[in-house]
Amino acid sequence: MATRQTQSLATLMRAPAIILLLIWMVVPLGMTLYFSFLNYNLLNPANTSWAGWFNYRYFYTDPAFFESIWNTLVLVLGVLLITVVGGIAIALLIDQPMFGQGMVRILVISPFFVMPPVAALVWKNMIMSPSYGVFADIAHFLGVAPVDWFAQYPLFSIIVIVAWQWLPFATLILLTSLQSLDGEQKEAAEMDGAGVVSRFIYLTLPHMARAITVVILIQTIFLLGVYAEILVTTNGGPGYSSTNLVFLIYRAARLNFDIGGGAAGGIIAVVLANIVAIFLMRAVGKNLD
Amino acid sequence: MARAVTTRTKAINTAVAWTVALVIFFPILYTLITSLKTEAEAIAGFDLIPSFTFESYVAVQTQNDYFKPFMNSVILALGSTLLALIVAIPAAWAMAFSPTKRTKDILMWMLSTKMMPAVAVLVPIYLIFLRTGLMDTRIGLTVMLMLINLPIVIWMLYTYFREIPGEILEAARMDGASLWNEILYILTPMAVPGIASTMLLNIILAWNESFWTIQLTTTNAAPLTAFIASFSSPQGLFWAKLSAASTLAIAPILIMGWFSQKQLVRGLTFGAVK
Repeated sequence: MATRQTQSLATLMRAPAIILLLIWMVVPLGMTLYFSFLNYNLLNPANTSWAGWFNYRYFYTDPAFFESIWNTLVLVLGVLLITVVGGIAIALLIDQPMFGQGMVRILVISPFFVMPPVAALVWKNMIMSPSYGVFADIAHFLGVAPVDWFAQYPLFSIIVIVAWQWLPFATLILLTSLQSLDGEQKEAAEMDGAGVVSRFIYLTLPHMARAITVVILIQTIFLLGVYAEILVTTNGGPGYSSTNLVFLIYRAARLNFDIGGGAAGGIIAVVLANIVAIFLMRAVGKNLD
Repeated sequence: MARAVTTRTKAINTAVAWTVALVIFFPILYTLITSLKTEAEAIAGFDLIPSFTFESYVAVQTQNDYFKPFMNSVILALGSTLLALIVAIPAAWAMAFSPTKRTKDILMWMLSTKMMPAVAVLVPIYLIFLRTGLMDTRIGLTVMLMLINLPIVIWMLYTYFREIPGEILEAARMDGASLWNEILYILTPMAVPGIASTMLLNIILAWNESFWTIQLTTTNAAPLTAFIASFSSPQGLFWAKLSAASTLAIAPILIMGWFSQKQLVRGLTFGAVK
């Protein structure tokens, strides 16, 4: 089937996509790398000069940098913990025989389709607001003082919102995997006298292992980029207590007009994301053969 | 043989599952309810029965010109999806039907471009948009959204195209079908479901994209993501209005999402979970 003519046609068909992605990857990243070595501030562009490693050193010695790295890790791991554990539990639950299973599924996956600014503002105002939110109403009902979530637990509040958005994704993927589990295997295990717990540990969990890996890795990629949820709720504060790496770079580049600093931060973000990406590529790559 | 499930177990499952589902769905439901309240009712404490007024929906249109960001979202989501398909269909096609030794490497490389954090290229993209006058234009943002979703689109199409059996093509050729007839009458009908699924997922992703749409727009090209984000300022305290704007912003995509559960799993896991 692969005559010379079809091969050259295939090359021609592939070319636009490859060229576009190549440009998309090389040009902006190259510019970021270049800018990261410049003293370049948009407020004073005439004074642009070579900075060497200054921007990196500056980023590295800034206490906000470590705080933002720490916040990024807490955010990613916190959301992963909630969504993976919750996702397994809900997937197991939905997989049981029940009435209205399709509708339950639809309700559970819905938050995934809510755009981040809407999700964050609805939670911030209508659910978690200390004066009029639903949580405050519950607190009043129970006779305790309502919590000012975003002032007292800013990062935790953001974790809750982001976890709400990603729980459906984890549930859906894990449920898909669960439903491909062979029913006869389950019955065989049951007949051999395996209890609910050991069936889960020795049969269900190993079967879902691949899906769990995929959920963790794909979510990590997206969770490293959380931005809008922070912008509309805490704006990174109080102080830097809910600033992640993305938000720190945004602050440097867009609010302080520090092009060099923002670029140096961007390169650091690339390095971090690549460490994660290597694992994902390996997991997904196996599926190609 | 399936085991008989007692009605009692089934009833308990049903009760637990519906409770969990309703708790998860509650913020969306409450947004819809609040959108049908007056502003005074919206902050008057917990109440699931609104007065069913549409004044907030009228207000977001008359006071904030809601139609404009809504149309921007429609144009950006459809435009970027269409552009991505135009580039991706031939590429995925070629890789699925005329694979070379390097096809796998090319696909993995494409996937790796998706791993690049958006914030890493914020500085250059922002400067390019400023210098070239693309800032706050729909065309600039359409191209951006096309580029960031292109790897997913190619991947998804590739996994669908690969499922089209090559033997059918050979049979058609033996029967003397020309290349054009082959594409038009045999491949296209088999490829349409995959293309439609890919389109659906990409529209959802483009509609909800909230980094570049906020960074690269101010007013003219601002889609719903940027419009809603602007409600975080103090004037955004009007909750009924916020709810009305939010309900309209998520409704179309929510409904599309309900129909694309399978495609979502496939697309977002790059075919690793089916």
